[in-house]
Amino acid sequence: MEHWIIAPIVLPALVGPLIVLTMRHDELLQRVAGLASMVVQVGLVVALLIAASGGAVESYELGSWPAPFGIVLVLDRLSALMVTLTAVLGLMVLAYAVATNWDRRGRNFHALFQFQMMGLYGAMLTGDIFNLFVFFEILLIASYGLMTHGGGRMRLRGGVQYVIFNLAGSTLFLFALGTLYAVFGSLNMADLAERATELPAGDAALLRVTAALLALVFLLKGALVPVHFWLPNTYALAPAPVAALFAVMTKVGAYAIIRVYTLIFPETLAPMGDLLSGILMPAALVTLAVGMVGVLAGGTLARIVSFAAIGSMGTLFLAVSAFTPQAVAAALYYLVHSTLATAALFLVVDQVRARRGNSSLAHQAPMPGGGLVSAFFFVGAIALAGMPPLSGFIGKLLVLDAIRTQDWWVWGWAVVLVTSLIAVVGFARAGSALFWKPHDVQSPPPGDFQPAAGTTSGLGLAVLGAVLALVVGWTVLAGPATRYAQATATQLFAPQAYIHAVLGTPEERAARMAAVPEVMPEDPHHGDAPATPQPEGH
Amino acid sequence: METLVAVAIGAMTAAGVYLLLRLRTFPVVLGLSMLSYAVNVFIFASGRLVPGLPPILGHAETMTDPLPQALVLTAIVISFGMTALTVILALGSYLNAGTDAIDIEKPGEQPETGR
Repeated sequence: MEHWIIAPIVLPALVGPLIVLTMRHDELLQRVAGLASMVVQVGLVVALLIAASGGAVESYELGSWPAPFGIVLVLDRLSALMVTLTAVLGLMVLAYAVATNWDRRGRNFHALFQFQMMGLYGAMLTGDIFNLFVFFEILLIASYGLMTHGGGRMRLRGGVQYVIFNLAGSTLFLFALGTLYAVFGSLNMADLAERATELPAGDAALLRVTAALLALVFLLKGALVPVHFWLPNTYALAPAPVAALFAVMTKVGAYAIIRVYTLIFPETLAPMGDLLSGILMPAALVTLAVGMVGVLAGGTLARIVSFAAIGSMGTLFLAVSAFTPQAVAAALYYLVHSTLATAALFLVVDQVRARRGNSSLAHQAPMPGGGLVSAFFFVGAIALAGMPPLSGFIGKLLVLDAIRTQDWWVWGWAVVLVTSLIAVVGFARAGSALFWKPHDVQSPPPGDFQPAAGTTSGLGLAVLGAVLALVVGWTVLAGPATRYAQATATQLFAPQAYIHAVLGTPEERAARMAAVPEVMPEDPHHGDAPATPQPEGH
Repeated sequence: METLVAVAIGAMTAAGVYLLLRLRTFPVVLGLSMLSYAVNVFIFASGRLVPGLPPILGHAETMTDPLPQALVLTAIVISFGMTALTVILALGSYLNAGTDAIDIEKPGEQPETGR
């Protein structure tokens, strides 16, 4: 199994340049290469998922440099779940973009898509926090290209906002990493987890500063209020299939929070305490409220779905903020559900736009073939609002059940239930304005909008149906899915297995140290440095 | 020396944040560059400031930490590329929209052109 961990990163990294360099003028070949690469990636990550579901943590040392000196990739249940979700969603979105000709509206769509996938897999698999930054940059750079794909006045302006917001976020990430390295003297996540427990009491404030800075960066990616401002414009102005793929990008922020704050900065760490959960819980409640009120207030379907995405991040972070195994398991189930449901609704937005030129709720003539689109919207809205019988309902139920043990549970329950009602009303309003009321229009206005060739093909609708089928599948398989999520949470809250997989068990490390000749003359940090504990691997 | 470096980082960060809040693309690009300079020096300082020592093992009694230097190199390359991309994107946006304001006053959506 060992070398396969890096395969999902290497494959798109090779296919992307190949598409740019050798298939520049052959759009058909680009499509074939892109889709074939995605199919192989799904196969690879499913194999990784099967390998990880047994509960073993696998570590892969790049270039055979031993941890903590080299960079490691780590495969555990959480990263396997995340890369599988990413690959399956990526395949669906690419198939949709091909079926509706979106990939031909600009250049280099397929190459950028491969780089986007590479960045996403890397961020989810890496066990080194500076490497996490590098993969964040890779996925962001690709997303800048995808976001402005197809061009247009409004889209470019939205793109400028998106890029600037994320560049500021990256700078903050670097500040956090600089502080982290200055305090701990390491960047390997498993090594950091060990050093955090051995930190002298005098450095507690620095540790808290580092933890808060990192949390801010990840929450910015996860679009939590008050750092959510980038999301509505980005998602509403990006090409809708790209927005569907971006549904997984906010989840990268959630993944990073879950990973870093169960491994390096857990609540059991004395200086941490409830630092993060104290910020996360109120912010998540406000996020939920802002998101769902946005669903009620949005003027276009695209913005409504964008705000629903913000609201679902609120539910997700509310569960995470409890930091119990049960709550994290609920959060993971909800994470997969909300990614798929949000993506499906963005594809509905694209169908609506393709049929009538915009997704505005203003009074317009009925769209051609609106019946099936409205049915798909209905299913997606039910799922995202959290109504029975779909996975949104099960997810919210799991979250509510998991936060019952917290002393703030009344607040959590009240906000989740009330915002669900608001979301139902908001989606009902959007659906009736888009699909129902247009039938009152007596005479269609002259110069009616004509869909562009290929954009409303049945194949696109079939892919949209397949994404919704995945949501239904996630509902039907809720039993095995929650069992996997619980096993994942158990693994996350027992980080010893992760640390031992990366750095070796104490016996292995002692044996390694005995075999190494004395080469280190002195600690590079000199005497003026705070007493950084020597790693045991030296 | 510590004080000097700290003041320099602080001043550059303050200038960067100020320029970032100007809401026109050119000052914002300058602000982002300022911020990336500040963060590069900051990372460099995270390995402790020691003058005149090689980042190589075994050439002197002591050495300076080589890892932050490698990290800074990565950060410089990324921020350099990102600045170029932002400039091109800002230029494209200016030529398309006729304004270099970053705020979008009336957020709508990109209309489809249709047939």
